[in-house]
Amino acid sequence: MSVVLDIGHRVGDFAIEARFESAGRLTALFGSSGSGKTTLINMIAGLIRPDKGRIEVDGRALVDTRAGIFVPKHRRRIGMVFQDARLFPHMSVASNLRYGRWFTPAKERYADMDAVVDLLGIGPLLNRRPLKLSGGEKQRVAIGRALLASPGLLLMDEPLASLDEARKAEILPYIERLRDETKIPIVYVSHSVAEVARLASDVVMLAQGKVVASGPTEAVMQRLDLLPAEERGEGGAVLDTKVLRHDETFGMTVLASAAGEIRVPRVAMKTGAPVRVRIRARDVMIATEKPTGLSALNILPGTIVAIRPGEGPAVEVDIDCNGATVLARITEQSRQALELRLGGKVFAVVKTVSFDRANTSAGLTLDVDG
Amino acid sequence: MTWLLDLTPDEWNAVRLSVKVATVAMLFSLPPGILIALLLARGQFWGKTLLNGVVHLPLILPPVVTGYLLLLTFGRRGPAGAFLAEHFGIVFSFRWTGAALACGVMGFPLMVRAIRLSIEAVDRKMEAAAGTLGANPLWVFATITLPLILPGLIAGAILAFAKAMGEFGATITFVSNIPNETQTLPSAIYTFTQVPGGDEGALRLTLISIVISMAALVASEVLARRVGRHMDIE
Repeated sequence: MSVVLDIGHRVGDFAIEARFESAGRLTALFGSSGSGKTTLINMIAGLIRPDKGRIEVDGRALVDTRAGIFVPKHRRRIGMVFQDARLFPHMSVASNLRYGRWFTPAKERYADMDAVVDLLGIGPLLNRRPLKLSGGEKQRVAIGRALLASPGLLLMDEPLASLDEARKAEILPYIERLRDETKIPIVYVSHSVAEVARLASDVVMLAQGKVVASGPTEAVMQRLDLLPAEERGEGGAVLDTKVLRHDETFGMTVLASAAGEIRVPRVAMKTGAPVRVRIRARDVMIATEKPTGLSALNILPGTIVAIRPGEGPAVEVDIDCNGATVLARITEQSRQALELRLGGKVFAVVKTVSFDRANTSAGLTLDVDG
Repeated sequence: MTWLLDLTPDEWNAVRLSVKVATVAMLFSLPPGILIALLLARGQFWGKTLLNGVVHLPLILPPVVTGYLLLLTFGRRGPAGAFLAEHFGIVFSFRWTGAALACGVMGFPLMVRAIRLSIEAVDRKMEAAAGTLGANPLWVFATITLPLILPGLIAGAILAFAKAMGEFGATITFVSNIPNETQTLPSAIYTFTQVPGGDEGALRLTLISIVISMAALVASEVLARRVGRHMDIE
């Protein structure tokens, strides 16, 4: 399954020239508002017709302006979850869920009502009316409705943007389940580093209507210089780790990463389960000698591989820790005082408590086997 | 109260005819009413202002003028009238069908207005969402747009019905005032007021007229409320 997009489009003064290709499980279209990401996802869904270019999903051309191809939205078999849910107010939750199924040819129906209802935990809502649901419930029903049309690709346009933090935390595990337990590839629009780092396997980063970076999440998210200004503080390394063991005495979990062991606040996952962590660059300190008498528990040895000027007094330092890159944002003054330079051997220091829920993509709450 | 229901056969016929004419006028106006309302609410085409003007014309023209124009067009010798009579055997002039046509035309702007307003209030994002779920434009209209504009549709239909019940000028000009054929309630009342001793009959029919109009109004309220409750937008 792959998405190939190469389009040119103009709306008033705003020009989009975008090209990307992705075969990931969950591809994030990431950028600040006005970067064109919602326009792109609307083009994939067939809600906007691009001026010129080509869009291909799984080898099938949906748009090819040169060949005069434009598949209308109802024939694309692409599910879409909107930021504002858009449940039909005159139908019950159950009728909303069944709506797309109706238009799906019997032999192409793979989504099972009971399984989807179960996956999203919306069983108790079936007889309710959409207008009586909370924001989080609406969004879960909207996801279910899109899934039950048995789409070949699922698009999600900032599905969490209009929800508060508690509601976001309620939905995120369901999206992770969707990513891990179904076979439908997902394209996910977001402006939040936390969401992208937690959910995405691949990232297409957009700025002013152009693709500025694309590739695996760990690689793209390291480009702190490309992050939207308001999200720069959230930027940092994304590391894929596994649960090594739980430390019951102190309520911590020890994760195994290429960079070494990382201690984080206890995550409710089984030993061996994959956990992705994001280490914000601003939370990382650099030491030239292995520090002693320090409260921080994570001290990762590594080599400086890049130093870039950052915002204001800051510089951004990439530290290669045994193959995994950890990013640190420190001041230029510190860099000079410590005489940091390329190839220098250093230690990246991260406090355990700087990992919070949003930083450790802990997925579902599962039984812990100790 | 018994004197109220003690109608002569001719009076009963007038009541029955009025209800029949108004119902037929309303039902036959609905499909073109929805179509024109859709065109005016969403279409972008040359002559939209002109179409809007033509639709609203019966509202501002003297009814007699509208009736006379209908006579010229749909009369025996009128272009449309001759064509329909020759090819489909449909005759309007001096028939109850003509009364229904006149009533339909007179109520049309009210109906189109009500439906148009409700179409403009529909959130088109809902329709886009239905499209991504596999519904083609026709299904989207049938399953999303139509249910969402139902309150406006009911309001427009009742308005057209009420207008038809009271239509007088265009009807009498176009199809005259023939008992049992084109003599609707207003025409019958008018006839009573023109003859000596007709006061009692006029009053009876007036009261019946009020009862029917009130019933239509109450029915529309009840229907609209039921639809509203169904959609949780009370």
